[in-house]
Formats: sequence, C-alpha cells, structure tokens
Amino acid sequence: MALFYSVTQLEDFAARGGAPLWRQILLASAEESGVTPEQSLEKMNAALDAMLAADAAYDPSQRSHSGLVGGDADKLRRYFESGRSICGEFVGRVLCGAMRMGECNACMHRIVAAPTAGACGVLPAVLLPYAAEHGTPREELIAALYIAAGYGMVIASRASISGAEAGCQAEIGAASAMAAAALVYLHGGSAVQMSDALAIALKNMMGLVCDPVAGLVEVPCVKRNAAGAMNALCAAELALAGVRSRIPADEVIDAMRAVGALMSPLLKETGRGGVAASPTAQRFRSDYFGS
Amino acid sequence: MDLFDLIGPIMVGPSSSHTAGAVRIGLACRRILGEEVAEADITLYGSFAATGRGHGTDRAIIAGLMGMAPDDERVPDSYAEARRRGLLFSFAFGEMPQGHPNTARLVLRGVKGADADIEAVSVGGGRIEIRRIGDMALCFSAEQPTLIIRNEDKPGTVADVSRVLSEEKINIATFQVNRNSRGGTAVMVIECDTPLNDTLLARIRSLPGILRAVYINRE
Ligand code: SF4
Repeated sequence: MALFYSVTQLEDFAARGGAPLWRQILLASAEESGVTPEQSLEKMNAALDAMLAADAAYDPSQRSHSGLVGGDADKLRRYFESGRSICGEFVGRVLCGAMRMGECNACMHRIVAAPTAGACGVLPAVLLPYAAEHGTPREELIAALYIAAGYGMVIASRASISGAEAGCQAEIGAASAMAAAALVYLHGGSAVQMSDALAIALKNMMGLVCDPVAGLVEVPCVKRNAAGAMNALCAAELALAGVRSRIPADEVIDAMRAVGALMSPLLKETGRGGVAASPTAQRFRSDYFGS
Repeated sequence: MDLFDLIGPIMVGPSSSHTAGAVRIGLACRRILGEEVAEADITLYGSFAATGRGHGTDRAIIAGLMGMAPDDERVPDSYAEARRRGLLFSFAFGEMPQGHPNTARLVLRGVKGADADIEAVSVGGGRIEIRRIGDMALCFSAEQPTLIIRNEDKPGTVADVSRVLSEEKINIATFQVNRNSRGGTAVMVIECDTPLNDTLLARIRSLPGILRAVYINRE
C-alpha cells in the first residue's frame, strides 16, 4: 500500500495537530524514501525552480515536431493584454501559463511532470499567478507542492495517474484535483476544504478520455491543461465558499478508478478513439507518418 | 511510490514513457555494455515504433546511450552530439505482437570491443525494465547496482553467492532466480543497495557453477 492511501487519512493527519499537514506529508514521505527532510526539501525546491525556468523559457516561435503545437500561448497573451478579454488579467495569466507549459512540453523542453508530462501545465498555471497576485513567499509555494503531491499520491494509489490506464481523467483530472487542493491550502482553507476541492475537481473531469491525435502528447493535451487549470480555480473557489462535495473525496477517487476500468482501450492513450478517431486526425496521422 | 513521482520527474518532454523512459533505456543499456558506445542498432516495437518519432523516442535513446539524463536539455539535439562523437547508429521498426507496447531492442558495440544485445521496455511514468540480455530472459529496473549471474542450476549456488555478498557487507534489495529448465542453467538478478567492487566480483566469478556474471553500476 502506498504511504498516503486515503483523503480521510490526510484529514486525520491535519486534525491531530502538531506540524502543519504539508510538513507531516514531507516528514512521512522522506522517512519512507530513506532521505532526510532537508534532502526532500532540496528536491522540491529543484522542482519549483525547474517549473519557473520552463515557464520563463517559453519561445513563441517554437513548434512541435509534428507542427501541430506552438505559438498559441503567445496569441492568448496578446489577447489578454489588449484588455478585451471576458475574464480579465488573473484568469488570463492562468490560461497563458497552462498553454505555455503544455507547448514547452510538446516542443521537448525541460518540464516537471505533475503528475505526468502531458498534464505538466496545470499546477504551475495556478500556483505561479496566485503567488504573484498575493505576494506568496517561496516557502509557502513549496508547502503547496507538498500538499499537491500528498493528495496526488492518494489518487495514484486508489486509482491511477496514467492515461493509458484510466484515461485523461487520471492525468489532467488528477493534476486539476491536486492543484485545487494546493490552491485551497494557499488561500488558508482547511483540510476538509482541500478534500472537497479535490472531490469537486475530480467529479468535473470524471470520464474524460485520453485521445491524443496520432498518439502524440499535443492535441488535445495542451488545451486540456488550460481546462484543468480553470477547473482547479472553480473547485477551489467552491470549496473555499464552504460548498461541500456531496460525495466524499475517497469515494470520488474510487468512482474514477471504476470509470477508468470501464473505458474502452480505444479511449486510453492508443490514439484510436475520441478526437484521435476524427477524419481530420486520421488524415493528419497518415500524412505525418506517411512522410 | 515516491512523492516525487507526483511532482516530477524533471524531464525533457513530451512523454514520460516515450521520452523520459527512452532516455533511461539508453542509460541502462550503456551501463550494461560497461563502456562508451561506438555503434548501436536499435529496433523499436509497438507504440514506440508507431509514435516514437513524434515523441523523440529515437533521440532520447541516443541521448541516454551517450550518458545524458532525462532532464538534459541536449536530448532533442542528441543526433548532432552523436555525429560529433562519432557514435554510429541505425533505427528499424519491428512487430512484436505478444510484447509490451513500448519495447526497444538495442544491439550495441563498445569502443573497447564489448557487445550487448538487450531488450528493454518503458513501463510508464518514466520507469523502465530490462527484459533480456543476450539469451538471458530477466526483469529488473537498472536503477540500483545490479548483478546478473548465469549459473549451472545446482543446489548451493544461490547460497554461495549470497554468502559472499553478506561477507562483504552488501545489502541485497531484491533477489530473483529464474531457470530455463531443471538441471540446466539459471539466471540470478541481484539488486544491491550499494555498489560492488572488483575484488568482490572476482570472488563471485570464481565460485563453482558460475558461468557468467555481468555487473551494472549506477551511472
Ligand atoms: S489526452 Fe492523454 S496524453 Fe493527452 S494529456 Fe490527456 S491523458 Fe495525457
């Protein structure tokens, strides 16, 4: 059994007091992996640095090997900067961040899988703009990453974080749920609210299939990072407002696992179902691999 | 499962299985060969063959063979680096209906004349398994110092090997024994917590019934 296997267990950690939840996650996982707390912190700091570096290294002119991905994050930035957007600046930064990171990944730049490479844009897309907006110190961002990882481990151990195993609900869905819990933490919410945010985020992504066009982590993956980030904001706001998930988080994760098991293999990273099976995707596939 | 499987690994995109895992396959095979790679003939199977080019699987394996890690930013340009170093390589695509979807076969020759024929798979999340070396079917991750021994399948051989390791204060993390047929030959795969030195390896090689011992250290 994994170290963290239920959301209730994390709530119990928080309730028993002593060190804050993120710190308890750090200490327990460091002990389990045979490293010191300092070594664990060093690793998490390196992950945060790599996220920041990837975000800063975005190049609007870069294109993926297939040519399907590139330049859209910059289009989005110019749109939001024009002041004509519907949602305004903060949401603009979240969407741009998600698209930037998704494009960086598709273009073979260095990223941090969170929890997977395909979903690497979701967490930084919400955490970095949040920190900029609220003046969050670095240590708090690190704490939020421990929260995200702790809750992510529950999803991985009860269900899955692999599109090939359980569809995109397990990649973008899991990333979104981890990000929602981390946002609730940063905004001062309780452990119960973190669980609610996780449950709400996951329910909203329930059943999402993994259907990469031509089998490449490009379409629809990059734009799903933007959707996952927005869904995390939505779930965190609801939970922080005191809206409860009527279904407990652990049961939602179990349901997601069951849905993953019911999914046809066509919808699990084989590139043969969903939008990957559309006529346009099929044409693209034969042109790309035929060349 | 480690916390840094959730936030991490830090890697060059786009796919943990097809890119990061492919780099690790290259790295592991380089270690199995035990010297700089001079020539590599690589066959990709299943999903590696179908979508590998778009995921940079080919460039990732070459990068690993040259000792680059999954987060090395030179991974996408590894072909240029290979040309610079004079590493010769070829890629072919094959069918393996019963195999794991992400399988690669690497036939390697080293600069000092060593050779190796290895089958490896990328099992997800960037983790890999070596499934065959030469004619030895086996299964290990190549993340730890690993000793692979082919021996005559006779009573006492396993005990002899573990005695030598314990005398040298080597802690064993995992120990697998596979045999081809009763009384024939067997293969032991021993993953250790700490590296082994040459004296210890020589002691193991001189034990009765040991036909061959391959040692793979960490990078
Ligand atoms: S569609 Fe599949 S490959 Fe793309 S992000 Fe979702 S799970 Fe990953």
